[in-house]
Amino acid sequence: MVNSNIQGKRYPKSATYLVGREKIREFARATFASEESIDLVAAEAAGHRDLVAPPTFPIVLQEFGLKLVIADPEAGLDFSRVVHGEQKFVFKRPIVAGDLLTSELSVTSVKSLGGNHMVVFDTEIFDESNSLVCTAISTLVVRGEDA
Amino acid sequence: MPDISELVIGDVVAEKNFNLDRDSLVRYAGASGDFNPIHYRDDVAVSVGLPGVLAHGMLTMGLSIDPVVSWLGDSGKILEYGVRFTKPVVVPAKGRAVITVVARIAELDQETKKARIDLQTSFDGNNVLGKSQVWVQL
Repeated sequence: MVNSNIQGKRYPKSATYLVGREKIREFARATFASEESIDLVAAEAAGHRDLVAPPTFPIVLQEFGLKLVIADPEAGLDFSRVVHGEQKFVFKRPIVAGDLLTSELSVTSVKSLGGNHMVVFDTEIFDESNSLVCTAISTLVVRGEDA
Repeated sequence: MPDISELVIGDVVAEKNFNLDRDSLVRYAGASGDFNPIHYRDDVAVSVGLPGVLAHGMLTMGLSIDPVVSWLGDSGKILEYGVRFTKPVVVPAKGRAVITVVARIAELDQETKKARIDLQTSFDGNNVLGKSQVWVQL
């Protein structure tokens, strides 16, 4: 179950995360990306400072915020009953190797639906100058006791 | 970079098959930091009532956009990408699960040069992602 009082709650900003070029390559290969997409010369030719992270890479930063929610006694989120319902990433600019990012998670809604709970989290990801880079929006379904 | 003026709604711009085996899941667990054992241990998956070891939803989401990135030639052109997880992908201990991704043009804005591409990701004859939409800058 999950406590509906956490709707609107903002969790503390994460520590700084340095996006590594080889981490991008590791993540890209794990998600079956082509070698061309992790080619430095190609990235620079496209006008980027360094390699561009795959579109779902911000999930790594979302995980940091989610860990705070799981550890929060007020939330009462039983992670063993959680199913990933929806996920979205909205980019202001691409994430590039060398970026120093921080993330901040807030709970935008908690709803009950037929014995289950639906929790929507927004994770905002900022760069070194505190400009928004990407928002990751995640919907988790917490299955009810008899679901 | 594709030319938006030459695109037509309904065009298939990319199509690709992906073979997932247990190694793929372990590799994704390591890269993403998601070490939930339902993605690599049969006993744990069965104990929580699942039909077997499942691929991470985020792995399915991650690979589904690869054909679009290859078509664009630059993942920096992705503005927005969202999916709904509708069905699990069961990955056997031996052999593989084959996932097919088809990317089609769904919406075109010639003025802003933005396009919406809808992805159809299927496994075993079923769509495993719903409302799988990508906005790109062309």
